[in-house]
Amino acid sequence: MAVTRGFVGRRAADSSRVPPGQYVTKGFPVLSAGPTPYTPLDAWDFTIRGAVEHPVSWSWTEFQELPRQKFTVDIHCVTKWTKLDVPWSGVSLDTFLDTVPTQAAYALAFSDGGYTTNVPLADLRGGKAWVVDEYDGRPLDPEHGGPARLLVPHLYFWKSAKWIRGLDLRTADQPGFWEMFGYHNYGDPWKEQRYYGD
Amino acid sequence: MIETIFETPRVKTISLAVPDWPGHRAGQHVDVRLTAPDGYQTQRSYSIASGPEDQYVSLTVERLEDGEVSPYLVDELRPGDELEFRGPIGGHFVWTDELGGPLFLVGGGSGLVPLRAMLRHHRAVDSRVPVRVLCSARSLELLIYREELMKLAADDLVDISITLTREAPSDWRGYRGRIDPALLSTTGWARNKQPLTYICGPTAFVETAAAGLVALGHEPGRIRTERFGGTGV
Ligand SMILES: Cc1cc2nc3c(=O)[nH]c(=O)nc-3n(C[C@H](O)[C@H](O)[C@H](O)COP(=O)(O)OP(=O)(O)OC[C@H]3O[C@@H](n4cnc5c(N)ncnc54)[C@H](O)[C@@H]3O)c2cc1C
Repeated sequence: MAVTRGFVGRRAADSSRVPPGQYVTKGFPVLSAGPTPYTPLDAWDFTIRGAVEHPVSWSWTEFQELPRQKFTVDIHCVTKWTKLDVPWSGVSLDTFLDTVPTQAAYALAFSDGGYTTNVPLADLRGGKAWVVDEYDGRPLDPEHGGPARLLVPHLYFWKSAKWIRGLDLRTADQPGFWEMFGYHNYGDPWKEQRYYGD
Repeated sequence: MIETIFETPRVKTISLAVPDWPGHRAGQHVDVRLTAPDGYQTQRSYSIASGPEDQYVSLTVERLEDGEVSPYLVDELRPGDELEFRGPIGGHFVWTDELGGPLFLVGGGSGLVPLRAMLRHHRAVDSRVPVRVLCSARSLELLIYREELMKLAADDLVDISITLTREAPSDWRGYRGRIDPALLSTTGWARNKQPLTYICGPTAFVETAAAGLVALGHEPGRIRTERFGGTGV
C-alpha cells in the first residue's frame, strides 16, 4: 500500500459502521442510468412471476393494506458514499414471498424504465429486504425510486432497485443491468465486492 | 502525474502517464484512492477526460470547498507524484463511433468531462456522426474546456450551444438561464431523428434535462445519464 504524498484525509466518526472504501455523507446522492420514470399509482402494481405456479400481483391499494414496518438502516452505495440511520417505511418482502410457493433460488428484480438487478432469494427473505414507499416520513421522491423501491440494505445500494415493479423468480441466476456492465454479481459492501472479479 | 492545467480557478485537468493502461472507452471513469501515512484510505470516482486515442490519461477535477479528495487533487498533487487508481470502469455511459447517433451531449458544470472524452474520440476517429452539444455553466469564466469547445464548433458535424446561468458578458450571443424543455428542443434533435443522448452533471441538472427530453417525446431507452452528486449549476 503506497502512501499518497501530502494526503491527510478525514476519518469516519464511527468506522465500525462504515464498510471499507466508503465515506459518510449527510446528503442523499442519486445514481441512475437513465431518466426518472413517473408511474401513476393507479397503473402501478407489484408482481411476482417466473418460477411460480401462478404470477401474483398487488395493486397500489392492496400494497398499502399490507402490514407495514418502520425501520432505520445504513445504506452503502458503490460510488463510495454511506448514509447512516436512514428512516424508511414499507412492507417486508417475506409478506409477499410467503404467499407464493417456489423452488427458485434467485430473483431478478424489475423496474419501470427497464432496470433489473439480481439477488439470491435467500437475501430477500428473513426480514432483510423490503418494498419501501416512504423515506423520513414522506412519500419517496421519484428521483430516489418513488413511488416504491426495493431495499436490500446489506448489499450495495444498486441492488435496491428503484421504481420496483416486481420479482422474476428463477432457478438459475441471471445478471441484471449493472451486473452486465461489470459490477459485482453479489455486491457485499463489507467484502468490498464492487466490480466483477472482486 | 505529468502536468496540470487550470480550466477555471477551481477546476484543474490532471494528466497522468499510466504504464500498462489497458485503454478505455469515452465516458468511462476511474476510482482514485488516496492513502494517508497511517493507512487511512478514501476513494472517489472521476470521469476520464481524455479520449481513448490520447497519449495521457487525464482527469478534470472541480474543487469542492469542504471536500476531502477534490481539494487534495486540485491544490496538493504535483507533477512527479504518483496516484493510485482503478479502472477504466463503467459500460453504460460510454460512446464509441460504432454506436452511431445522431448524438446529443448535455453537460452541466464538471459534467462536461466524460462528454469531452466522447468529443475527442469523435474527432480522433474522424467520425461521420453529427453531434450537438449543450453546455451549461454559471458564467463564461467557469465554463471548462472553453477554447477546445470553440475550436470544435468550427467542425461542420459538431454543433455547440452554451447557456450561462448566473452571469453573461453584455455582448453574449449564446443562451442564458437554466436548461428547460424549450432550450433542449432548440439545441437538440427532433425526436424523429432518434438521437442517442448522454447527460452528465450534478443530480438536479441531470434530472431536469432527462425529464425534459422524455416530456418532449424522446425514447427513455436512448437517454443515458451519469450523476456526479451535489447540486448547483
Ligand atoms: C461516476 C462519477 C464520475 C465523476 N466524475 C467527476 C469528474 O470528472 N470531475 C469531478 O470534479 N467530480 C466527479 N465526480 C464527483 C467526485 O467523485 C466527488 O464526489 C467530488 O470530487 C467530491 O469529492 P470530495 O472528496 O472533494 O468531497 P466530499 O468530501 O465527498 O464532499 C464535500 C461536500 O460536497 C458535497 N458533494 C459531494 N459531491 C459533490 C459534487 N459532485 N458537487 C457538489 N457537491 C458535492 C458533499 O455532500 C459534501 O457536503 C464523479 C462522481 C461519479 C459518481
